[in-house]
Amino acid sequence: MSWTRDQMAARAARELSDGFYVNLGIGMPTLVANHIAPGIDITLQSENGMLGMGPFPYAGEEDPDLINAGKQTITELRRTSYFSSADSFAMIRGGHMDLSILGAMEVAENGDIANWMVPGKLVKGMGGAMDLVAGARRIIVMMEHCDKAGRPKFVGRCSLPLTGANVVDMIVTDLAVFARADRSGSPFQLIECADGVSADDVRARTGAAFIQ
Amino acid sequence: MPKTYADATTALDGLLFDGMTIAAGGFGLCGIPELLIAAIAASGVKNLTVVSNNAGVDGFGLGVLLAQRQVKKMISSYVGENKEFERQYLSGELELEFAPQGTLAERLRAGGAGIAGFYTRTGVGTLIADGKEHKDFGGETYILEHGIVADLAVVHAWKGDPYGNLAYRKTARNFNPNTATAGKVTVAEVEQLVEAGSLDPDGIHTPSVYVQRLFQGAGFEKRIEQRTIRERAA
Repeated sequence: MSWTRDQMAARAARELSDGFYVNLGIGMPTLVANHIAPGIDITLQSENGMLGMGPFPYAGEEDPDLINAGKQTITELRRTSYFSSADSFAMIRGGHMDLSILGAMEVAENGDIANWMVPGKLVKGMGGAMDLVAGARRIIVMMEHCDKAGRPKFVGRCSLPLTGANVVDMIVTDLAVFARADRSGSPFQLIECADGVSADDVRARTGAAFIQ
Repeated sequence: MPKTYADATTALDGLLFDGMTIAAGGFGLCGIPELLIAAIAASGVKNLTVVSNNAGVDGFGLGVLLAQRQVKKMISSYVGENKEFERQYLSGELELEFAPQGTLAERLRAGGAGIAGFYTRTGVGTLIADGKEHKDFGGETYILEHGIVADLAVVHAWKGDPYGNLAYRKTARNFNPNTATAGKVTVAEVEQLVEAGSLDPDGIHTPSVYVQRLFQGAGFEKRIEQRTIRERAA
């Protein structure tokens, strides 16, 4: 057994606290917005220049001037504000965002993350990922535990070019949750396994060293 | 001195030359100066260095400049939506400098603000930091990034007045205000050219000093890249 993408998103959503300002990366992390617990009020940032991102519009109400960082049509809320790209990344780089949740191709046991480039393949670019991992106060990675070839993605050292060094605080995969107490040498700890998954199963499919 | 022009072609008259650097506003296809880009494409100017967060799509926006081989180098954070870009880059015809999105925005802001460089934590420990000065502040390592000043900046605004004051709409603001400050000359296309005094002075995003020429465009496409909708509850 393992968690579905929605179960992973629900688990990541438990890390949200009331009043948080959060940036959700493109892809799986956007599912987190569907699992926010009652009584938890958060404000979503879209790094193209918006705080207070609302849901997708109803058909016929799409606005080409209103998109998220994934270039999808969205809507505004009563709290929404708009600003320039420089202001947007000032709030990211300046440590004003409580949390960013991103996908990754690899995370290493020292907190390094690689999610923008595979050498030898066409490189599309890092977009805002390097700024987000360097600037948000807390970084959670959501990713499949293993790649399509079955190789672990939580590894001893990243083999791919890094997006950021020593920046990941928590990892939510389809098998388990890992977290570390700080970025000053604390190891990642296995804090939770998916239903029906044992710690031994997790260890067998993980390249990184971690504590239990 | 009047700043208003009839259309994109006349607004660019005398400003374009081979080998120049052009900074263009927009994010994806949202808020791109589509008429100015089309006029630059039609001019045939070449060997351009283009500073833009993205590179348009095949057949629209900066994709047209790429297809016509007018671009020598792109400075961007994400170029994934463009097949012709991919082909030219892989064949070595096109130079590419990746800049993290926030670093790119700040480089434009800095260039426009007379700041030659700044230190940022973004990219420390990555390929982006290679060859850049590293400096520690308060126990944290930062890298030096340089401001960008372009020969020409082109932006898209929602409303502009004859003095060149601009207001943007929703997320079409994005890189436009930062780009507008970073041009030795800045040209704006606006959806509505309004009378002097009709913009709220408190709601002007780009003050007129940054804009040398502007025109009211017609026939904007304003394409949507990812049309996403939700179902109405029954």
